Order: sequence, then structure tokens, then C-alpha cells
Amino acid sequence: MHLLKSHWWKILAISILVYTLVGGLLMDVPRLNILNETIRNQYFHVCMWFGMILLFIGSLVNAIKYLSSNSLKHDIRSEAYASIGILFGILGIVTGMLWARYTWGDYWSGDPKQNGAAISILIYAAYFVLRSSFEDEIQRARISSVYNIFAFFAMIPLLFILPRMTDSLHPGSGGNPGFNFYDLDSKLRMVFYPAVIGWTLYGVWIASIKIRFEEYKLRKENK
Amino acid sequence: MNMSIPKEVKTLLGKEVILEWRHKYAINGVLLYTISTIFICYLTFNVQRGGLNPFAWNALFWIIMLFSAVSAISKSFIQESSSRQLYYFNLVKPISIIISKIIYNTIFLVLLSLIAYSIFSLILDNPVQDQLIFLTSVLLGTIGFSISLTLMSGIASKTQNNGMLMAILSFPVVIPLVMMIIKITKNAIDGLDRGESIDEILTLFAIDIIIGALALMLFPYLWRS
Repeated sequence: MHLLKSHWWKILAISILVYTLVGGLLMDVPRLNILNETIRNQYFHVCMWFGMILLFIGSLVNAIKYLSSNSLKHDIRSEAYASIGILFGILGIVTGMLWARYTWGDYWSGDPKQNGAAISILIYAAYFVLRSSFEDEIQRARISSVYNIFAFFAMIPLLFILPRMTDSLHPGSGGNPGFNFYDLDSKLRMVFYPAVIGWTLYGVWIASIKIRFEEYKLRKENK
Repeated sequence: MNMSIPKEVKTLLGKEVILEWRHKYAINGVLLYTISTIFICYLTFNVQRGGLNPFAWNALFWIIMLFSAVSAISKSFIQESSSRQLYYFNLVKPISIIISKIIYNTIFLVLLSLIAYSIFSLILDNPVQDQLIFLTSVLLGTIGFSISLTLMSGIASKTQNNGMLMAILSFPVVIPLVMMIIKITKNAIDGLDRGESIDEILTLFAIDIIIGALALMLFPYLWRS
């Protein structure tokens, strides 16, 4: 019973992901111009971005918490969420590129959203290079938290303002058929919303294993 | 001992200018860096024969400005020894240090970009049709550069290999700024109606304010270590 109480969300994550895989590949989807069957990629590619943003927000919140509390626990969390966030980002870009190959004709077509995603991955890659250049744990935690917060807010115009000022090839913008509120019909929603939750929970789960491992190392060192 | 922030900023700003004036190599070095890069571009793009289209001109100008700004600002925290930094730490508020550095770097970058702009116009031609919009975006862009690069230089100065880290940390952070600037200056080069650029200018201004506020909030944490 205790096992079920603390692990229910992992079971939930797995069952949602199984449902996403099976339902996402087999259930009926609406036919839209150009997209056709590739619309199923929404259950994987778009969820990666949701997961990435949520994990980066988790990383940001922990960086702020670290600066106000100075407890290394938050720094460990901040790093773990950022690293799983970057993993989701890379998976998102790869799934997006594969999809773009078949719908836009090219792996990389310089779409503003593609560029923004690539730059945000660069930012977090720089964050990890910065982290690895410190010997001292406390200094590493404090300075990388400062960079984390600054970089997150520098990224916001990139992801949320610039793509809206230019036309994008992406479905849903520039007159393309897509996933906006009018086109997202109930058949898609039945898989899409659970899929977002499932993938995000899965990301948090991977991060939590990393956090437990790092916290164990920290305790061991302090002994 | 307890001076107000504006007074401290004024004193520190005076100190920066005097320091720079005594070691002229820093100004001259960056100036020469910019000029020789422009000249290399002039030679490699073979401007006499082919010429540069306005789009490439614009991109080239901002790439050169970005690299000059990174190399100019990367020294703003490194040049002072750690014992002297400890002295400042005890003497003044961290906010005044970052404000004075940002103001100083902004003035420096604005002068640098005006010089670069005139050399550009001299040897690479000047396709800009709307000078006012172009200069406004130069001003707002350099303010943004100097805010984010000053903070990044503070971060990089805490690490061992600060030269390379400075570039790695600052490039992704300033890309949104650069993209905004390129859009505005492209409008200015094409001489579009000013109403077309107002939105972008306001966005650039908002980005400047956001990163400025962040830099002021975050710097005290950086300074403490």
C-alpha cells in the first residue's frame, strides 16, 4: 500500500505513455491538408516542447530557491531538471526534423521556431559548460544559478515574441492548417492532453532518479 | 562612508574613465581590432569588384559589432586584481558597481559603433536610407549588449578559462537582441515607413529593460562570491 502511495504517479506516467503509443498510432485522426497521417507526430514532438519548457521552468524555480536559501539541494534539482530539459529539447528537434523532412521537404528549413529551439539548446549547453568549469561546489551553484535565471529570461523573447512577429511554416501559424484551437478536434485532444502529462511526468521521473543519485553522493562526501 | 547610490556610481564611473585613460592600450586595442576586422571583410568580400548587397552589409556590421563588444567588455571585471575587488566589496554597494560598469561600457560601445559605422560607410559604402531609425537601433542595441555582456563578464571572471567562456556564455544570450536589431536596421536600410519599425523598436526597448532589471537583481549574488 505504501508503495502505491508514493509511486502512483510513475504508474500513471507509464500507463499514459502506453496509451499514447497505442492510441497515438492506431486511433483515428482528422485529415488535414499537407499534414495527413504525420499529424500523429503531435503526440510526440509537441509534447517534447511542453515537457522541455516545464522542466526548464522547474530548473529556473530551483535556481531562484537556491539563491534565496543557499541549500545545495536546490542546486542539484536545478541541474537535474535542466539536463532532462535539454534531453527533451534534443528529442523535440530530432522528431521535428524527421517530420519536417516529409512535410516541408527539408530537415532544416530555417523556420523561426526551429531556430529558437536550437538557440535555447545552445543556452543550456553553455550552462553545463559553465558548471563544469568550477571546482568549488558553492561557487558553482551560485554562479550557475545566476546564469540560469538570466538565460531563461533572455530566452523568452526568442520563444514567445520573435516567432509571432515573423511568419512561420509551422502548422497553426501563417495560415497553415494546424493544431490551433479551431483545428484541434476532440479526437486529437483525447490523446494529446494525456500525452503532454505523461511525457512531462516521465521527464520528472528521470530527473528524480538523477536527483536521488546526486543527493546520495553529496551525503557520502559530507560524511 | 555611507554614500548614496548615485554618488557611488559617479565616483566609480570617474574611476573607470581615469583607469582607461591611463592604460590607453585597452581602447586602442579594441579600436584596432574593429578596424582591422572591417578591413579584412573589405578585402575578402572583394568589394571593389562585386560589391556587398545591403543584407550582407547589415549582417556583417552587426557580427563585427558583436565580436568587438565581446572582446571589449570581457576585460571589464578581469582587469582588476582580486584584492582590489575585495576592497571595492567592502567599500561600495554591488548595485553601484554594476550600474557604473554598464554605463561606462554603453558609452564605450556607442562611441565604438559610431566609429565602426563611419569606417563602414567610408570603405564598404553606406546603404542606409533612414539614418534616425538606424542610429536609434544602434543605441538601443548597444545598451542591450553592454547590459548582458557586463553580467556575463562578471560570471566569466569567476572561472579559470574566462576568455573562451565569455564568448560561449554571451553568444546565445545576445542572439535574441541581435535578431531584433537586424530586423530594425534592415527596415532602416530599405527606407521603409517609420511606422513599420515602431513595434520592433518597442520590443527591443522592452528587452533592454527586462535584462537591465535582471542584471541589477542578480549581480549582488554574483558579487558576494
